[in-house]
Amino acid sequence: MKKAFPILGLLTAALLSYALYQALVVAPTEQTMGDVQRIFYYHVPSAWTAFLLFFINFLASIQYLVRRDQKTDTIANWVVIALGVLVCIAPYAFRTLLPAGVYPSSVVTTGIAFVGLYFLIKRLFSEQQTDMLALTTAEVGVVFCTVVLVTGPLWARPVWGIWWTWDVRLTSTLVLWLIYVSYLVLRRFSSSGQTPVLAAALAVFGALDVPLVYFSIWFFRTQHPQPVVGGGGSIDPRMLRVLLINWVAFLCFAFLVCWSRYRLERTKREVEETQALEALLEPRSALR
Amino acid sequence: MSAPTGITWATLTKDVRLEWRSKDAINSMLFFALLVVVVFSFSFDPEAEESRQIAGGLVWVAFLFAAVVALNQTWARELRNQVLDAYRVSPAPANSLFVAKALGNFIFVSVLEALMTPLFIVFYKLRVLGPAWQLIPVAILGTWAIVVNGTFFAAMSLRTRSREIMLPLLLFPITIPALLSMVEATTTILVGDPSTSAKFWIVLLATYDVVFTTGCLALFGTVLHAE
Repeated sequence: MKKAFPILGLLTAALLSYALYQALVVAPTEQTMGDVQRIFYYHVPSAWTAFLLFFINFLASIQYLVRRDQKTDTIANWVVIALGVLVCIAPYAFRTLLPAGVYPSSVVTTGIAFVGLYFLIKRLFSEQQTDMLALTTAEVGVVFCTVVLVTGPLWARPVWGIWWTWDVRLTSTLVLWLIYVSYLVLRRFSSSGQTPVLAAALAVFGALDVPLVYFSIWFFRTQHPQPVVGGGGSIDPRMLRVLLINWVAFLCFAFLVCWSRYRLERTKREVEETQALEALLEPRSALR
Repeated sequence: MSAPTGITWATLTKDVRLEWRSKDAINSMLFFALLVVVVFSFSFDPEAEESRQIAGGLVWVAFLFAAVVALNQTWARELRNQVLDAYRVSPAPANSLFVAKALGNFIFVSVLEALMTPLFIVFYKLRVLGPAWQLIPVAILGTWAIVVNGTFFAAMSLRTRSREIMLPLLLFPITIPALLSMVEATTTILVGDPSTSAKFWIVLLATYDVVFTTGCLALFGTVLHAE
């Protein structure tokens, strides 16, 4: 494990450089927007990575809450499986109700990823570790979400002529960012023993809020360009290739950062436990 | 009367009676809302016709801020003499306590709204041009949305350092869809443009209420017993 970390680090560095070269040199220049459009190769992968990390945070938080009770754990398993099956069947059964440009296959992929990730996390992480995973993904997710919120206006200024607009995607991403910042603030301010439970409860609330935020603001106003991948828009296949390379590089980078943060948190908790134990065994050392 | 509703009723009447005698929450809320109204009036021209467009937002933001004052006091009262700890070790269901606290807050905030609305009408010269009866479901659903989440997050922020500031930090981001629905519905009704309808917002608000009431009831026990 110790060796895997630097290897992954080198691999990520190489991949990121290659992706940078692809994005700045190889990818064709966009006809109307020009070179400004190249920020797209950072904006979109960051957004996908941030959403994925928040998604993992949600799953890990659910796990942390349900594992405390064997009965709810079993119920949660079946609910997750039922939801997965429903998500796989529903887009084909109600094909006409899908918004234009959303393919049933992409919805099914989401459903399978949801169930797969849930049981993967369940298998790989113990109860305490799910809490550490939730903390890590929230922190790194907030960083990637910040990148999205910074690169967006940088692109919007030359193209739209404005830095910011209260459009559905922008606003809901901002609200998502606010929810997870409040999550981190809660973790920072609550007393240590109760932090995991309170944070997990807040994470579940935040995830419940996301669709409501999206629908309310979608009804409110919309200006952001339609998604070009898996949506109604079209994209040059060369651009799509560069985008996907960048996404893989960003995923590796996010994984690397999460891993090192996770290790740091684990070490921190081990040190805290050892200190608490030492203080118990040797009352005088606590007074030093 | 079954046991859980009995506990809810006992806690609710106790809270209302305490409030009736002390009037702590209602007085501070009223004065705070009044201050918000006056301060807002300096930031724009309250007499202008355009003010009608933002009046819905103004009313609800004032109520939300004022509600936070009351919500912060909800659980603080139970900390004295370890009442909350006693409740935690008793076999009484946690959700009975939660429902009682949420209903109590609902009553307090409703009283505030009933008292403040005439003042708003006078100060900002509001007239309802749309179907006025729709304001009633908006007020009930909107108040419940603020109160149910607020009571839950107040219980959560009880366990944190600087708890008074934690509540708005947790409550506001989560409440954004509800707040947007309330504001849009109210503005639509006040402006009375026949081409738009408040129905969508009322349905969204109802969905929000159902989702988060379920969420609160499912998680309150865990949060109360978090150690």
